[in-house]
Amino acid sequence: MASVEDTCASLRAQISATEAHLAGLKRDLAEAEKVAHSARPTNDHENAPNCTDTETGTGRWPLLKEEYKRYGRQMIVSQLGLEGQLKLRSARVLLVGAGGLGCPAAQYLAGAGVGTIGLIDGDTVESSNLHRQVLHRTKNVGKYKVDSAIEALRELNPHPTYIPHRTHLTPEDAPAIFANYDFILDCTDNPATRYLISDTAVLLGKTLVSASALRTEGQLMVLNNPPRPPGDPEGGPCYRCVFPKPPPADSVVSCADGGILGPVVGTMGVLQALEAIKVITTPSPDNSSSTPKRESPSLLIFSAYSNPQFRSIRLRARRANCAVCSGDASVTLDTIRSGSTDYVFFCGSATLPSLLAPRERISPKAYREKHSQPTNLEKSIMIDVRDKAQFGICNLENSINVPISNILASRANPSQAELPPWVPAELASSESKDPIYVVCRLGNDSQIAVQKLKELGLDQNGQRYIGDIQGGFRAWREQVDPDWPEY
Amino acid sequence: MAHSTNDGAAATISITVEFTGGLEILFSNERKHNITLPARLDDASQPTIAYLLQHLVDNLMKDDRKELFIMEDNVRPGILVLINDADWELEGEENYELQQGDNIVFVSTLHGG
Repeated sequence: MASVEDTCASLRAQISATEAHLAGLKRDLAEAEKVAHSARPTNDHENAPNCTDTETGTGRWPLLKEEYKRYGRQMIVSQLGLEGQLKLRSARVLLVGAGGLGCPAAQYLAGAGVGTIGLIDGDTVESSNLHRQVLHRTKNVGKYKVDSAIEALRELNPHPTYIPHRTHLTPEDAPAIFANYDFILDCTDNPATRYLISDTAVLLGKTLVSASALRTEGQLMVLNNPPRPPGDPEGGPCYRCVFPKPPPADSVVSCADGGILGPVVGTMGVLQALEAIKVITTPSPDNSSSTPKRESPSLLIFSAYSNPQFRSIRLRARRANCAVCSGDASVTLDTIRSGSTDYVFFCGSATLPSLLAPRERISPKAYREKHSQPTNLEKSIMIDVRDKAQFGICNLENSINVPISNILASRANPSQAELPPWVPAELASSESKDPIYVVCRLGNDSQIAVQKLKELGLDQNGQRYIGDIQGGFRAWREQVDPDWPEY
Repeated sequence: MAHSTNDGAAATISITVEFTGGLEILFSNERKHNITLPARLDDASQPTIAYLLQHLVDNLMKDDRKELFIMEDNVRPGILVLINDADWELEGEENYELQQGDNIVFVSTLHGG
């Protein structure tokens, strides 16, 4: 059905991808030979075979003796078998992100014997990562995540070739890097990178396993499955088919801000590895008598505190006007590489403007100097707008907790007749002129809260001071109290 | 002219509406809500998803931040609407006519990892 032009465009894309692939293979080979060479004299695993030397397994048996033992328990599962194991060994999988999703996913893929595993991440390990990013060790704080992860993966399974990419994925490099792999796992944490990964994967004909997690919930999709050239409606939908428009930047919450339970993101990472193994080992149609029944595209939703915890949603097919995978796509490898497909612009950025005037803000240091004597302290009111769980971790004596979510969740009362229920009595009193200070974790929510309090008329037409602690408790720790917990 | 013409027809229909992926914060932190709607609207048409969206904003949403749910009279980008466990795009999107017992889920996409 696709026009000749489409076919040409698709072929051109495939040729350039294959060329990039070949270049990458040569580079990989050089790298792997270097690694093998330098690893040989110091290799202290007694039974560890040479990672790149699969030839020793040829002849009578396609796998090494050690590999039969190592992979036996999964090979005797009928869905996998020896054929599946060999497919895993020749598969090249790229994980974008070596964090909460990437760690468990990589661990299971390495354990299962995927032949080549690439990891791309420009971050270094922080101690706040360790509760969920299970490949990283305390001693590796400060090290590149990809190096830390590969160190653990090698201990787990020395057979695969591991390729570190110590950088954040950029549009300029994404096509060349992806071309070296057969399957892509999106283990990242922001919309701009998710669109970049999906676009590149579609244009290079790779199936993509995409997952995400926040707080107590996770989501998982297998995209571009089967991988077909743009314009072929038989191909699976891509990220843009499901989400043609990105969410407003200020609605995107990160794990650092929203929090994340380790086993929640771990569950999603493990499921990514599972879906990757399923896709890699799918019997090829010509080998079986009947074409395998294709699973329709779906979104798996995990919610740790709901019952049932899992639900699977049927998704749409490819979008006829998709910007990437349809016949009249506007995104190509060239527009990605050149930057004319601008992901940062597309997704926007949530740069919070300073909402308050300078006189409505006070630095932690200035506040402390002003209120250092206990007698003065009693004359001001401190409102802490962090959520209850954060307030419970650490709080200032005599501060009052009014979570920002409560403040934002109440409808503005047009009549002004009565104050919303979250307003504490100390603020409601029309007699008191004690200044009100608002504090939060980083100094953003506190500004919103100050505005809200003023809208409610609690500043008594300017007679009562309401302001925020600039920079929140992060600045508080830096300027006033170095012992204040950093969480 | 709201008289019933067959046995099953009732004056109202009941559906369940669920919010997940953080959207529940906008709806009193409750994930699951039972909603009763008129079976026929004033113009004798059946209530649709578009009608439900307006109904939720007007009656169920206590939060002021409408823009986190609705943008340009539609659900904001980044929210999937599921009709009985299927993407609403498989069912006619906002023009889908609600049926007794339907389960409508609003899912905000997550990006963390």
